[in-house]
Amino acid sequence: MLKQTEGSHAVAEAVALCRPEVICAYPISPQTHIVEGLGEMVKAGEVANCEFINVESEFAAMSVAIGSSATGARTYTATASQGLLFMVEAVFNASGLGLPIVMTVANRAIGAPINIWNDHSDSLSQRDCGWIQLFAETNQEALDLHIQAFKLAEEVSLPVMVCMDGFILTHAYERVDVPTQEQVDAFLPPYEPRQVLDPTQPVSIGAMVGPEAFSEVRYLAHAKQMQALERIPQLAEQFKEVFGRDSGGLTHSYLTDDAETIVVAMGSVLGTIKDTVDEMRAAGDKIGVLGITSYRPFPIDSVRAALQNAQRVVVLEKSLAVGIGGILSTDVRMAMSGLQLHGHTVVAGLGGRAITRKSLRALFAQAARGELGHLTFLDLDWNVVNKQLERERTTRRSGPAAESMLRDVGVIAARIG
Amino acid sequence: MSFQPLHFYQTGTFTIGNRLLAEEDLSVQSDIERTNSLNSGHRACQGCGEALGARFAIDAAMKAARGRLIAANATGCLEVFSTPYPETSWQIPWIHSLFGNTAAVATGIAAAIKVKRQKGEMGDVRVVAQGGDGGTTDIGFGCLSGMFERNDDVLYICYDNGGYMNTGVQRSSATPPAARTATTMPVGPEPGNAFGQGKFVPAIAMAHEIPYVATATVAGLHDLEYKVTKAMGMRGARYIHILVPCPLGWGSASQDTIRLARLAKETGIFPVFEAEHGEVTGVLKIRRQQPVEEYLRLQKRYAHLFGKTPAVETIARLQAAADKNIRKYGLLDQEAN
Repeated sequence: MLKQTEGSHAVAEAVALCRPEVICAYPISPQTHIVEGLGEMVKAGEVANCEFINVESEFAAMSVAIGSSATGARTYTATASQGLLFMVEAVFNASGLGLPIVMTVANRAIGAPINIWNDHSDSLSQRDCGWIQLFAETNQEALDLHIQAFKLAEEVSLPVMVCMDGFILTHAYERVDVPTQEQVDAFLPPYEPRQVLDPTQPVSIGAMVGPEAFSEVRYLAHAKQMQALERIPQLAEQFKEVFGRDSGGLTHSYLTDDAETIVVAMGSVLGTIKDTVDEMRAAGDKIGVLGITSYRPFPIDSVRAALQNAQRVVVLEKSLAVGIGGILSTDVRMAMSGLQLHGHTVVAGLGGRAITRKSLRALFAQAARGELGHLTFLDLDWNVVNKQLERERTTRRSGPAAESMLRDVGVIAARIG
Repeated sequence: MSFQPLHFYQTGTFTIGNRLLAEEDLSVQSDIERTNSLNSGHRACQGCGEALGARFAIDAAMKAARGRLIAANATGCLEVFSTPYPETSWQIPWIHSLFGNTAAVATGIAAAIKVKRQKGEMGDVRVVAQGGDGGTTDIGFGCLSGMFERNDDVLYICYDNGGYMNTGVQRSSATPPAARTATTMPVGPEPGNAFGQGKFVPAIAMAHEIPYVATATVAGLHDLEYKVTKAMGMRGARYIHILVPCPLGWGSASQDTIRLARLAKETGIFPVFEAEHGEVTGVLKIRRQQPVEEYLRLQKRYAHLFGKTPAVETIARLQAAADKNIRKYGLLDQEAN
């Protein structure tokens, strides 16, 4: 059914349609509307046979999820930013134990300095935690990916994060097509766990594993992600058969076939990039876009196939690997290994800084002229940075950096463009 | 051929011989049907109080749950010595997740059971969470308090040996004052663990006004079984805190484990009581009061108190703490003294 609704609410409806059995909730912006929506639906009896638990921390949220999933219940939670970091020990534990929990990450920056707005630092910090990470471009895709996520997680016995841009998607009202219960039931069978805490067949779960088998157990986690790499496109196909639309998959290519410049990105910024590419195409520039939906497992082959005929690749990412440059870029560069093309990393949109078409157009034109450097910080205010660097050169007690820089920016800092 | 003379009463223990008890009062452990939930062959130290406490507690819980029990276990000695895979001592469904999340994992298990029961996919399965004092009073305290305040249907059992014994005997918030640990060495002007610190989690559990809180020791195993059985007869959050001497960490002889547990109770150092909804409902009285020195002298972790010049003042402070417990919990019968 077509609806004009908030991204968070669309996700809540999708999760409810997946017949979750245990939902753990702890508030953190910008994820809160999702669990608020689910809490209301469960309390009102609209979601049958479901326990909604208000826990005392994100660490508890993931821990409760571990317990319920290990007891065979379909389990969901949502988090963001500091919340994801607070639960990290349990996040690794959930994947290590092979528990198919589904979690929304409403992507948000990580402090300090504290910042509630969107970038991808949170889930990308969990790059190697063993979870599958799927990135939604639109609210429709966010909704659809949750339905696919439960199926994928339960098939390969791995947890899945569905990542959606905080505020930009979670708080945006857009048209979404909310499927029927019959459609979801046709796509998503009941959960059949591989391992379960069951008094009729007692097992020990979570025993210590020493050097004699640790590598093999860890390799299995990798092998399962490689299985997921196979299953993700197949699930997208099945999804299309039932729901009648393209959603998910490993990557989305847009005008890449004859492109000399290809921009690689994840999440909602793909929309702005495509609009910019349309403008530039109209002006005769051979430019295209590769959107990455599956960040983990990382689809090296399909990224390579999409990029191999280009002359240059611009990876535009909402994350920063401090001390080297890009996080997503590292993986894209690995996919480009042996290809003769120029690679550029652009760090953009940190902490909610708006990524405008104007800035992107100038950036892509610069890349096409061969003038773009190896690492670029889009729309960085060099005056503010240089002033602080100068202050630190000349004054030992230069004070807290963020606060000094905010003072330099001045009270008009409310601008985000 | 040597023989051991048979006594109905074990000298100095006040423990009545099991054979004299009525059928319904027999211990779970003496039952031929006991489940051996924590089976033999595990790798606990000789004289381990925790292994003893866990065996009695979980078997009693299993009996009360009619064999339908799931256990969540914190990281620590109990987890390590019971599951050196491919061997496991656990004869019940058992999960270890992390050091600090056991109460929350148990909440998740209980929630899943509730839903599965509603759907008719599972019977009435009960949940026990267990951990040491580090995993309970320190790193797992947030999750424990959350489980309490939500009144989740979980029995949490803390095996308190007063320190992080699995990592090599470091101080926890349950380490008693003056005790030597690897991080509270008997050096400097105030040797051993500091006075005026630490927390008594049973009292904090009571402050949550949960249905049931009890303390026990491995000297009173019948009392422990009674409390576990009683707790299993209730719903909601329940907490049992068991004092389990640790020969390794306490520097005590392995055959003194039960003796030390008894002395902890008989000195007043460890009050044994039960409480419902935040109010004390029963106290195990001191049978024959002992000075704390009797308890301290058996443990090398207090050896620095009994050097060439005994630390009389410190011993007096420990005695005062025991006396305070005796007053606070009414551990002595007036007429008995």
